[in-house]
Amino acid sequence: MKEAYTWAAIALIVISSTTGDILLSHAMKQVGDVSELWKRHGFWKVIGRVLSTPTFFLGLIAMGVAFYSLLFALSWGDLSLVVPASASLTFVANAFAARLFLHERVGRRRLLAALLVAGGVALMAI
Amino acid sequence: MTFRKYLVLAGVAIFSAAGDSLLARGMRDLGSISLNNLSSLILAILNPWVACGILLLLAFFASYMSALSWADLTYVLPASSLGYVLVALAARFGFHEAVSPARWIGIALITAGVGFVAAGPSLTHSHKLPDDVTSHSEVRL
Repeated sequence: MKEAYTWAAIALIVISSTTGDILLSHAMKQVGDVSELWKRHGFWKVIGRVLSTPTFFLGLIAMGVAFYSLLFALSWGDLSLVVPASASLTFVANAFAARLFLHERVGRRRLLAALLVAGGVALMAI
Repeated sequence: MTFRKYLVLAGVAIFSAAGDSLLARGMRDLGSISLNNLSSLILAILNPWVACGILLLLAFFASYMSALSWADLTYVLPASSLGYVLVALAARFGFHEAVSPARWIGIALITAGVGFVAAGPSLTHSHKLPDDVTSHSEVRL
């Protein structure tokens, strides 16, 4: 039963951090290239533009959920399972979500890269 | 991709790795925090390691957001994973800790993955930029 809870928490981490990454990426694409914006309009315009983008806050909330589900998962499960499993699954989930929701062209090259990085991260964290 | 943009990507990797390491170092001083002792979590920021770690993680977030404003998520994320490699290399060559064979394989896989992505374009989808980013006619605020 404890194992089921741990995997449920890992699933929650993967879903919420992927959602957060997608929302934050979407928000920053709406803001536009910040170095250009900074050069033309100054620092405060960048801050104002970011803070007036609703998806930025939704992304922050999703990241907060991911952080607390990680804390809860760590209180149930082993560090050596929770961290590598959630980190590497998030890389793969992000590749599919970015193709689906952000319309990024995730070709064979990027999908292979996501799998390599996911495998590498899992090995590093064990 | 300009040199400055590569610097921002390096910042994403370095700040996240250094921030996480400092936080972990600081939390080791504080010991475990239980749910009915949450006030000690607030006092944790008084620990100099934790405070520096939080500052670096803020720098990470700023460079991460900056990178996402001009590059794909699937381009930035692999770059950020280089932080794991940096931590392992710092542990091996900076602090002379042993790095297990599994970790060396992990380093190789991450580096190969990042190389694959970095060899391709940083932005693959066209999105409409806000008007004032492309136009030169606006008055500078």
